[in-house]
Amino acid sequence: MAESIDAQAEARRLSRREFIKRVIASGAVASSASFVMGGMAGCAPRTRAALAGAAERLISIDVNGELRRVDVLPQETLAMTLRYKLGLTGTKLSCDRAECGACTVMIDGVTHYSCSTLTHMVRNRKVVTIEGLRGADGALHPVQQAFVDELAPQCGFCTPGQVVAAVALLQRNPNPTREEARQAMAGNLCRCGAYDSYLNAIMRATGNTGEIHHG
Amino acid sequence: MLKDMMPHFDLYQPDTVDAAVTLVKQLGGDGWVVAGGQDSFDWLKNRVKRTPAVVDISGIAELRGVTDNNGGVTIGALTTLAEIEAHPLIRERFGLLATAAGRVASPQIRNVGTLGGNLLQDTRCWYYRGGMDCYRAGGNMCYADTPQGQNREHAVFGASRCVAVTPSDTANALVALEASFVLRGASGERIVPAADFFVGPAVDIRRMNALREGELLVAVNIPATWAGAEFYFEKVADRAAWDFALVSIAMALRTEGGTIRDARVVCGAVACTPLRLTAVEQALSGGARDAATADRVAPLASRGAQPLGFNGFKIPLMENLVRRAVRGGQA
Ligand SMILES: Cc1cc2nc3c(=O)[nH]c(=O)nc-3n(C[C@H](O)[C@H](O)[C@H](O)COP(=O)(O)OP(=O)(O)OC[C@H]3O[C@@H](n4cnc5c(N)ncnc54)[C@H](O)[C@@H]3O)c2cc1C
Ligand code: SF4
Ligand code: FES
Ligand code: FES
Repeated sequence: MAESIDAQAEARRLSRREFIKRVIASGAVASSASFVMGGMAGCAPRTRAALAGAAERLISIDVNGELRRVDVLPQETLAMTLRYKLGLTGTKLSCDRAECGACTVMIDGVTHYSCSTLTHMVRNRKVVTIEGLRGADGALHPVQQAFVDELAPQCGFCTPGQVVAAVALLQRNPNPTREEARQAMAGNLCRCGAYDSYLNAIMRATGNTGEIHHG
Repeated sequence: MLKDMMPHFDLYQPDTVDAAVTLVKQLGGDGWVVAGGQDSFDWLKNRVKRTPAVVDISGIAELRGVTDNNGGVTIGALTTLAEIEAHPLIRERFGLLATAAGRVASPQIRNVGTLGGNLLQDTRCWYYRGGMDCYRAGGNMCYADTPQGQNREHAVFGASRCVAVTPSDTANALVALEASFVLRGASGERIVPAADFFVGPAVDIRRMNALREGELLVAVNIPATWAGAEFYFEKVADRAAWDFALVSIAMALRTEGGTIRDARVVCGAVACTPLRLTAVEQALSGGARDAATADRVAPLASRGAQPLGFNGFKIPLMENLVRRAVRGGQA
C-alpha cells in the first residue's frame, strides 16, 4: 500500500512526457508502439509471395551504443522509430522532407536526416542521437555546454539537430574556421535565425575564441 | 504537409547486383529502386507516386567506390556525393565533378545521396511534383507553359509540350567530361554515353533518361580525355544551400601556349537535359582565354532560346556564366 502511494507520487512528479518515455523504455515497446503505428493510415500489411531478399520486421539496431530490438515496418523512417518506439524524442521531426535538419542524427559518424532514412537501412550501423552525446557521468557534451554558455538557442527546436551536426563536424575537423563551420552547418535551418550564436558556440567549443563575434 | 508514415510497401534488400537485377525483373514494374532515397521518399511521402515494393540497393557493396581506369575513373553508382566531393583521385583529375557534387543540396543530403540517384532523380517542376495530371504525368496539358504558369525555373531550350528542366548538378559535369554510364539488366550490360543518356520530352515525355525498366545503373566511367584539364563550375540558385540551379555551367578546357585547343561547355537547368553549348565550344577553340574571347562567345550561348513568361532572365544569366567561365571567374 505504502509502496503504491509512493509510486503514484513518483508518477505525479514526473512530467507526462518523461513518464511516457519511461513506459516506452521499460520493455512495453512492441505493444505501445504498435498501438501508435497501428492507427496510422495506409499501414496495413499486405501479403505478396515471398521473394528472396525481403526484409525481416524484427531487427536490432545499435542506438547510442545499445543494441535495441525493435519491430519495424518496411516503410518506417528512423525518426519515427527513434521517437515513437525507442522513446528518443530529442530527435525532432519538422519538415519530414530532408529540408530542415531538425531530425539530424549520426550514422557511422556521419550526419543523416533521420526523417529521410529507412530504419531498415541502418541495421549493422551505429546510430548516435542527441541523447547519446552526454558523458558516462551524465555531464553535457562539451559542444552542448558551449551552446549553453553562449546562450545559443532561441526557441530550441532546431537545437538537437544543430548540436549533432556540430559534434559530427568537430569529430571530423577538431579545429574548423568559422567559415568552415558555417559550410558544415548549412544543412540545419533555424527558424529563429540563431545561426551566429550557434557559430559562436562552435567556436567556443573548439577554443577558437578569436572567432566569436557578439552582436 | 503529411507527417505520418509512408504508405505501405514491401521492402527488399538484396546485397548483390545480380540479386537486385533478378528481384527488379520478378517485380516487373512494381519494384521502385531506392539508393539513398533522398528523391524517392518525397514522392512516396507526398502520395504523388506509389509503389507496392521498394528494392533498397544501398547495401550492395560492389556498387560503391572509385577506381582508376586507364587514367580516367570508374565510379560505382552508390558512391555518395560527399565521397565524390572529397575523393583524392576525382579531385586531382576531375575537379569539375567534385565541385559540382559539393554544390548539391545540403551536407546531410550529400552524405546519403548517391551519384546514381542524383543522375536519375526526377524533375522538380512543382506542378508535376504536386501531383497535377500534366503531360509528364500522363495527362494532356502543361500547367507551367500557360500565360499564368509559374515557370521562372523552367526551360528556355528544347521544349516539347513539357518545359521541365534537369535538376541534377552532377549530370552537367559528366556530360562535359564525356562520361558514359554502365547499365545492367536481366539480359546483360550496355554502356551509354552521357550525351545520349539524358533525354528530352520529344524523345520520351515520361522519363528523363534512357534507363529501361528493370535496368540498374551500375557505374559511371569517366575517360582520361579531360583528366587534369582546366575546369569551371558555377551554379546560380536563390539560396546557397539546399537549392536547385536556376542556371549552372560546367566547362572543361584544354589550352596550349595560351590558345584554347578544345572545350566542352554545358549548361544546367535551361533544358530538360544538360545542354551542350556547341556553338560556344567551336567559337572558343583557337582563341585566348581572356575577356575579349569571353565577350565574343557569350552571345552564342543563348542563341535559339525561347523564354516563357517568367524565365527570360535565364538568357543574360547563361551568357554571363559563359563569360565568367571563360575569364575564369572574374566578374
Ligand atoms: C531538399 C532537397 C534539395 C536538393 N537539392 C539538390 C540540388 O541542389 N542539386 C541536385 O542535383 N539535387 C538536389 N536534390 C536531389 C538529391 O540530391 C538527389 O535526389 C540525390 O542525389 C538523390 O540520390 P539518392 O541516392 O538519394 O536517390 P534515390 O531517391 O535513391 O533515387 C532517385 C531515383 O533514381 C533511381 N535510382 C537511384 N539509383 C539507381 C541505380 N543505381 N539504378 C537504377 N535506378 C536508380 C531511383 O529509382 C529513383 O527513381 C535535392 C533533394 C532534396 C530533398
Ligand atoms: S513542365 Fe512538364 S512536368 Fe511541369 S507541368 Fe508542364 S508537362 Fe508537367
Ligand atoms: S525533419 Fe528531417 S530534415 Fe526536416
Ligand atoms: S532556435 Fe528556434 S528554430 Fe532554431
